[in-house]
Formats: sequence, C-alpha cells, structure tokens
Amino acid sequence: MNRRLLPLGVTMLLFVGMAVFGAIRYDGFLSPQVFLNLLIDNAFLCVVAVGMTFVILSGGIDLSVGAVIALTTMISAALLEAGWNPYASMAMVLVLGALFGAAQGFLIQRFALAPFIVTLAGMFLARGCCYLISTESIPINDATYASIAQARIPVGFDASLTVGAVIALLVVLAGMRIAHASEFGRTVYAIGGGESSARLMGLPVASAKIGVYLLSGFCAALGGVVMTFYMLSGYSLHAVGLELDAIAAVVIGGTLLAGGVGYVAGTLFGVLILGIIQTLIAFDGTLSSWWTKIVVGALLLLFCLLQRLFEGRSRKAA
Amino acid sequence: MSDAAIVLRARDISRAFPGVQALSGVELTLRAGEVHALMGQNGAGKSTLIKVLTGVQAPDTGSIELLGQPVTPRSPLHAQELGISAVHQESHLLPNLSVAENICAGRYPRRPWLRGGGIDWRETNKRARELLAGLGIELDVAQLAGGLPAAVQQLATVARAVATDARVLILDEPTSSLDAEEVKALFALIRRLRDKGVAILFVTHFLDQVYEVCDRITVLRNGKFVGEYACGKLDARGLVAAMVGRELVNAGRPAAHAPADTGGAPAVLAARGISRRGQLKPMDIELRAGEVLGLAGLLGSGRTELARLLFALDARDSGELSVDGKPAKIDQPADALQLGLGFCPEDRKESGIVAELSVRENIALALQARMGLGKFLKPAEQRALAEKLVAALGVKTAGIETPIAQLSGGNQQKAIIARWLATNPRVLILDEPTRGIDIAAKQELMNEVLQLANAGTAVLFISAEIEEVVRLSDRIMVLRDRAKAGELPRGADEDAVYSMISMISSAPA
Amino acid sequence: MKRLAQHALFWPCTTLLLLLVVCAVFNPAFLGVAWQGGHLYGNLVDILNRAAPLMVVSMGMTLVIAVRGLDISVGAVVAIAATVAALMIGGSFSAGGEVASRFPLWLALATALGVAAACGLWNGLLVVKAGMQPIVATLILMVAGRGIAQLLTGGQIITVYYAPFYTLGNGFLLGIPVALWIAAALWAVLHLVLSRSALGLFIRAIGGNPEAARVAGVRSSAITLCVYTFCGLAAGVAGLIISSNVKSADANNAGQLLELDAILAVTLGGTALTGGRFTLAGTIIGALIIQTLTSMIYSLGVPPEVNLVVKAALVFAVMLLQSAGFRALVMRVARNPRPGAT
Repeated sequence: MNRRLLPLGVTMLLFVGMAVFGAIRYDGFLSPQVFLNLLIDNAFLCVVAVGMTFVILSGGIDLSVGAVIALTTMISAALLEAGWNPYASMAMVLVLGALFGAAQGFLIQRFALAPFIVTLAGMFLARGCCYLISTESIPINDATYASIAQARIPVGFDASLTVGAVIALLVVLAGMRIAHASEFGRTVYAIGGGESSARLMGLPVASAKIGVYLLSGFCAALGGVVMTFYMLSGYSLHAVGLELDAIAAVVIGGTLLAGGVGYVAGTLFGVLILGIIQTLIAFDGTLSSWWTKIVVGALLLLFCLLQRLFEGRSRKAA
Repeated sequence: MSDAAIVLRARDISRAFPGVQALSGVELTLRAGEVHALMGQNGAGKSTLIKVLTGVQAPDTGSIELLGQPVTPRSPLHAQELGISAVHQESHLLPNLSVAENICAGRYPRRPWLRGGGIDWRETNKRARELLAGLGIELDVAQLAGGLPAAVQQLATVARAVATDARVLILDEPTSSLDAEEVKALFALIRRLRDKGVAILFVTHFLDQVYEVCDRITVLRNGKFVGEYACGKLDARGLVAAMVGRELVNAGRPAAHAPADTGGAPAVLAARGISRRGQLKPMDIELRAGEVLGLAGLLGSGRTELARLLFALDARDSGELSVDGKPAKIDQPADALQLGLGFCPEDRKESGIVAELSVRENIALALQARMGLGKFLKPAEQRALAEKLVAALGVKTAGIETPIAQLSGGNQQKAIIARWLATNPRVLILDEPTRGIDIAAKQELMNEVLQLANAGTAVLFISAEIEEVVRLSDRIMVLRDRAKAGELPRGADEDAVYSMISMISSAPA
Repeated sequence: MKRLAQHALFWPCTTLLLLLVVCAVFNPAFLGVAWQGGHLYGNLVDILNRAAPLMVVSMGMTLVIAVRGLDISVGAVVAIAATVAALMIGGSFSAGGEVASRFPLWLALATALGVAAACGLWNGLLVVKAGMQPIVATLILMVAGRGIAQLLTGGQIITVYYAPFYTLGNGFLLGIPVALWIAAALWAVLHLVLSRSALGLFIRAIGGNPEAARVAGVRSSAITLCVYTFCGLAAGVAGLIISSNVKSADANNAGQLLELDAILAVTLGGTALTGGRFTLAGTIIGALIIQTLTSMIYSLGVPPEVNLVVKAALVFAVMLLQSAGFRALVMRVARNPRPGAT
C-alpha cells in the first residue's frame, strides 16, 4: 500500500522543499496570502487539471481544454452583453462544455479514434468558434460577475480566498471522492489498467470513456467561468497553451501518462508547484519569465525519469 | 446423467468473418451439474463459439436458449446478467487495482446513503477474502494484482467469474499457465461448482484433463459440429480421430536420431554462472552441435528466463557467454543473431509475429536483421526464401503476401520457426514451440526439430509437456525453483524427470 | 474501381482534388500557372511553396509515428534552429549597405542543423534509453525549448539582412521555388533509402510489434534514435526555410502550431497513429491538403478566423472516413434506411 503512495509523497516533498527554499531566500515568501495566492492565481488551472487527471487516468488525453476555456469566456461575455441573467449564462456554458466534451468522448469511444487527434481537432474547433464570435476581446460589465470577482472569503491569518479558489478546492475534493468511492471513478482506473480486460470483465467501459471526456469538458467550462471572474473579459487568446500546463500539473502530481495510476490530490500539488515556480521567479526579479518554461520542462523531465525508475524497481521486486 | 436439466442449448450457430467461415451449423447442449469439454484443433471455431455465447460477437444465424428461454447476449455484461460467465484465454486482471477490487469490480458493496453512499472498501476486501478462502486461496487482497505471479492471477480471475452466481461457466484454456498443484486446486473448484448445479464448459488442449474432470465432450472441426460424446463412451484415440478427421497413425518414437558426435569440439554456446536477480540463480549450461538439449521443469522454474538470458533479451546480472570456446559479447538480441543464435519465443503474438507484415516479410525479418542495413535482401530473394520455407514446413497460407495475422496459431508458429531457419542458425532456442498447436502440426514440428539437429544445429527445446521433452532430447536439463536441479542423459524416462523436479527444498525461492 | 478505392492514397488524393475543384469553381483563375519575373507564378505554385516547410517536418514526423512514437517538439526546434542561424549570421546592418555574415553562411546553416539534430537525438535518448513515453519526452522540449530560444534572443525578434540567406525561402531555381526543391530532394532521398535498403522493413517491424522486432534481432534502439534525430533535423531544415522566408527569427511565433499541422498531415495522408505501416506520399498529400485549405479560405474571401473551424471539420471528416467502425455504420444505414430496422 505504501509503495503506491510514494509518487504522491515525492510531489508533496518537492512542494514543501520549494516553499522552504523560497522562505529562506526571500522575505515574506511564506506569508499566508502569498501562499494562498498560489491557489488563487491558478484556480482555473486547478479545476481544469482535475478533469484532465481523469482523462489521463483512463489512458487518454484532452488537448481541447485551453480552447474550451477561451470559448467559455467568449460565450459568457457574449451572453451577458445580450442581457442574459448571469447565473443562467453560467449554467449555460457549463452545459455546453459538458456537451462538447461528451461529443468528443462519443467519437473516441464509438469509432475507436485516437484521443490525441479528436481533442486536437476539438481544440481547433473551439478556438475557431471563439474567433467566429469575435476577434476582439469582449469586456464583462455585469455587476454580479464584478462582485463575485471582488469577493474575498477570509480564512484567518490576515489572508483570504477568492470564490474561484474555493471552487477549485471543492472541485479537488469532489474529484478525490469520485476517483476513490464511485463506480465511475474505479472504472476509469480499470480502463487505464487494461481496456480490453475491463471490457471482458463486463465493466461499463463505453459509458465511462465518454464520461471522462464529458467531465473534462465540464471542468474546462468551469475553469472558464473561474477565469471570467479573474479576467472579467472574453477573449479568444485566453488560455493558449493551458492544456500543456494542465498535463504538466497532472504528471508532476504523480499520475502516469500511460494511465491507471495516480491521485487527484497529487494534481492539486502539481498545480501548486507550477504556481510556486512562477512565484519564485517573480520574487527573484532578475530572471525573465522564459525561465518558467525551462524550469517546468526540467521538472517534467525529473518526474518522468523518477517515474521510470520507480516502475523499474517495482518490476524487479515482483 | 442424461436426465439432468438442460441449462443452455445453442442450435445452428453460424458466423462468418471476411474470408473465413468460422462456424457453421454448430450445436451445443450444456446440462446442469455437468462439466462439458469443447474440443477441436486450432481454427476449429472454439473461440468464436465462446464469443457468441458471451455476447462478444453476434451469430449470423442460430439461436441460444437458456433454461428454455431464447436469449441473445448483447455484450459480456449482458451475458453475465443472463447468467453466462466466462474466463477467457486473454482474461487478465487489472494490474493497477487490488485483488479485492478486481474480484468485485462492477459489483461493489456500497455504503448506505446516510454514510456517504460511496464504495465500502472494507466490505469489498472482506467479500473478496471470503470468496478466495472458499476456493482455498490465501492472499493479501489489498495488494495490487500486478504483483502476483501469473498463475495466481488466473485463479483470481476464475474466482471473479464464480462470484456472479452464474448458471453457465465457460473456462477457455484455464490451465495453460498452471502447474500440477494449481490444476488440482482448479479441478477441485470445478467439481464443487458442478455439484452446485452449474453447467461448466471447459475448453482445453490437454486430453488427460478432459478425461479427469469432464462428463461430456463436444467436438468441432473446421467450424462444423462433429458430435457430442459421453466421456465414458469415447476413448482418447477416438477423440483425436474425431478432432482430426482421420485415424492418427501412432507416431511412436520419431525417426532415429543419431546421437551427436561432437568429436570433443567445444560447445557451440556455453554459459557459466549466468543469473538474474529475482529470476534465475547462477547456473551453467552447454549447447553442443547436433544435439537436442531438453529443458524441463515446472511453471516458474526459470526455463523461459534462462532462454531469454542466453539470447540477451533480458540483461544478465552475472555470467559469461562463450561461443565455440571463445568469450562472446552478447548484450542484445542483435549480437546473438550475429553469432548464429536464434530464438523462438513462447508468446508468438506478443514477441513473435509482426501482425501487419506479410508472411514473406515476417520470414525474411531475422535474416535481414542479421545482414544489417548495409546489405539488402531484395523482394525477389525474399519471395524465393519464403516460398521455399513455407513449402518445407507445410505452412497453410493463401500466399506469402497474406498478412500473417490471418494465419491460424499453429501456422503462425511454423512461420516464426521458418524465420529462424532462414538464418541457418548454429543454435536454435525453442520456447514452448508446440503450445496451442494441434496434434498433427505438433508432429510435424517435432520432426523438423530433429532434422535440424541432424543437420548440426544445437537445439535448446523447452516444453511443459515432459513427454515431449523426453521423446526428443539427447540430454535433459532439469530446473527447479529457478536453479539447476540436474541433468539426465538420453533414454531417461518421465519418472526420472519428475523425481528430479520434485526433490523440493522447503525454503521458497 | 473498388481496388482503386482501397488503395492507400485514394482518400487523401480525392480530398485534395475536391478542395482544388472547389477553389477552381469559386475562382476560375485559381488553377492558372504563369511564368513571371523569371519563375513560375500562380496560386498552385504558392501552395507548393508555402507547404514546403510543413512537408519537410511532416516527413520526419511520419517516420517517428511509424515507430509508434510522436514528436510534439518540432515547433520549438524550428524556433531554435531559426534562432541559431540568425544569431550566427548576425543582424548587423552597416550604413554602406553591404551586409556581411558574422560566420560563413554554410557554417551558420550547418550549426543550426546540427543543433536541431541534437534536439532530435535528445528526444530519442529520452524515449529509448530512459524509456519515457514519446509524448512526455517531447513535451519537455516543447515546453522548455521555446523558453531556451527566447533566452537566446533575449525576447527580441532578430532580423536577418544577409541577402544570400533569403534564397532558401524566397529563391527560385529553374523557375521552381528553392523550398520546394529542398522538400522534393528530401523526399527523393528518403524514398530511395526506404525502398532500397532494409530501413523501411525495420521501421514497419518496430512499429508493428516492437518486442517481436527486438527478438528478431532488429537493432530497434539504434534505428529509433536515428528516426528521432532525423525528425529533429527535418524540423531544423523547415526552420531555416521559414526564417529565410520572413527574413527573421521569431522565437515566440516561429513554428507555432506546426507540430499539430504535421501530425494532421501524417494522419490525413493515411498513416495510422498506432504505428507500423506508413506512407510518405500520403503525408506529402496531407501537407498539401492543409495548405490548400488555408489558401482556399483566403481566396474565397472567407474571414481567416474560419480557417481553424474548417481545419477541424476536415480532420473530423477524414478521421471518421478512416475509421472502419464509421464506414460500417454508414453501410448499415444505407442498406436499412428505415429507422429501427436492423
């Protein structure tokens, strides 16, 4: 049992290590608000990464999430401009996101198409639709959105969370529960372990496969809603490349890209680690922001090598 | 026994695939409290029939009645719900889930709504433990299934199938990876289920197992129904005749094989102190020209591991290899190939054939690999080579350009052997070359092996069937618990081999 | 006719022809080719010219996909190669109008290609020696590579003033664009090597069943390393053509989305993502389809934003057509048009 938790432990250790490093090197690094900002600034990434975790656990991949976020912000902004009720428009985009994901999942499952290509085309489609709605950014002036964006939930220690951060935490908790205690979640793990075996066992593989992409689409839309609180605008160029950050967060969080192994809690730490890298670089002040990409790349490399080492050793022992 | 209630009756089942009529007009009648064997050579249609019964494939014609009611299984899940449960040849446990989860997947006990409504893991573990205990298996159900040896996983797979209160239980070649002890445990389980009234369909190649545990036999041949027989009324010869379609001339001992006269020359391939942690303890082995060395031992004794180390498919932790007495550097299969070694793997689907390539390309592959990128085996040369070998080995194929995936298992195996013959190997390692092959093809293969040895090749012959090993070998090396137990000369009988195998040390490996 | 339809290149060719016909219908002058300014001129020439870098990258990608791999870092490698070349040539612009290159042109090009090949080798080592999944291994370079390129340029766009460099992307040889010559030469060399040596067979074996190929004595590791290195090299060549075309090196935008277009081209051409059988000719056609699509949208006067949506629709269409399950469904529906009758 313990060996299974080892990758998660390494991730958490890395996070703590980076936090300690930052605290020693820079003043005020570990102030509670700076700490919570890790989650606040990356809330939408966190939501999306949870959805991505399920997709990767099933052995698939979803490259469309960044585009779906952008499309969500666009549609929200357009609906609000047209006078829709803010909560109705939120509900609408969530439903649309889920449908979009389900459609991708249907194609992947029913016709045995490669997830990479289907979601790649989905990404093109979603971004294309963004441009069709408007090539310019659409500001969001709705009062409800503005008040949600400004709301702060105090958590003590002179620090507070945004609504988006709270949503992210709730999504993580929900994800953990689904992964561990629901039939759907266990079927996802089973598919990652061996799709044909899972099918022969009579597990509901078909519906679960469509389900993970539906979930990912929903999470992407929810991430888009959180982003609208953050940015208060709809813009086609939002979240370009976010899918890569989401995948990086999931991998650094200890989930195997091959599927079947991983924890949602790990993804949360993966997101926090990405956040802490950016914060470290920002605090340093001398490093240009390109270094973020290089460090993320190096971390990915490290984690993947560790995963290989870990697999190799456990195979020898068996 | 003939009064036993009929649980399942399949009538006039036909199913065609592009280019082949897999089943035509097949009948099957399963009765409660009976173990019914389904027999036939490779390509007879057994797998297809099972796929039809379990809802994986739909039949083109025919009907299935379960307890008198017509049913059409639409999927494995649906078949399970109807009461038809199966353990397929390719059934694997999910390696990333625990044993308990594998057994209960899809049927998890749930917590009551008030306490969350999620999966009750403690109850899951408890159920799995109880189920396995009822089958005489003690396991830590919380451990990952991937860490278990293959034979234990197989038992857990059967346990899972049993957990659904099935009326019909289909076992497709369940014993092919089990050793004698495990087969006994499985048969005890089968008898227990039979006594409970389950109708069991048992597919196997092993004739002795059929007579040990089955009550009735249905024989298929070339997709057609040959007949249903009571075990007591049909002897082994008659059974083979029904399967093959003609009386098999009892081959007896194969053509006399002159013992190799090596004239004191050093061994073609020798290994000293070869080992790999967790797989094989240090041992020595010598392969001599013109000699068939049989490798015998139980499942898990290290035979395949030794073969893979010799061919450098796995990295050895210790040991020196020498060819013709001179030290040789063999770190990857390509090196072994250059030195004149050849290796026919146990699992032809996984490590043998390249399914997409044609028969010609598969046969030419090793020879071309040895020639490297510098020299090119032109298509015309490949064709000539392939045609010659296909004819020599009797590979049944529509042509040498046919994708090899379309050949039956036995013919694929022959094609793989043809691949190595094309390289004129000095040493040929054959790992279970006769597994899953019908009797006629087995004979042909074994004759081919002897011809090879006569021509001067050193052959390492691995087989789980001790009788085969004894018949073919000039020398027998016996492995036990991943170490060398000893060697036996030509003429040793099966009893001698079994004795050497069973001198068990009490400490586990 | 049925055998023709089953030929591997049938669907890609048909798609391309269909696109060209649509273009011609809306713009009769579309298919016209003239001789102007000492070289061939026309929409078709344009398509071929602009598609050249994509063709080059896609050929490298085809081989990688054939060995069951994937390289999503090619866009980043394009940026790196362009940056190295631009830095070595230098952006100096002396007042006299005479521009010299900091290093000899051939050295700059060779270094850029060398670095690109090294990137490919890096990817290959991660996949072969470290046993990483290709998508992860190349994801690392994709993420970090662009960062490295931007570090080298300091975030600036380096403009190249050295005229001889422009021939790669803008020059003409015997009337045909140089870029097209480069792509054609690469194709010719690959075709020869793959059909006159065992490399084609080995690649198909490794992609078809890696374990079986290894048992059969194929030097899988070495060949896979070469394939990834070649893919990096091809990306480098494309990077030189692209930066020569725009006369600058833009670390941020050069090669953006190129990996996706390359994978698209390979898939449209009929090579399966699962590896094994592959077709270079199909990939070339796939690249042409993508470029024709872009030109078609432009010439139809449709807003360029539609480009992405149309690409997406095309990919969906081709994917479904290539899927046996979908074709079977269509056949079944065609035979039993009444709903509920199966």
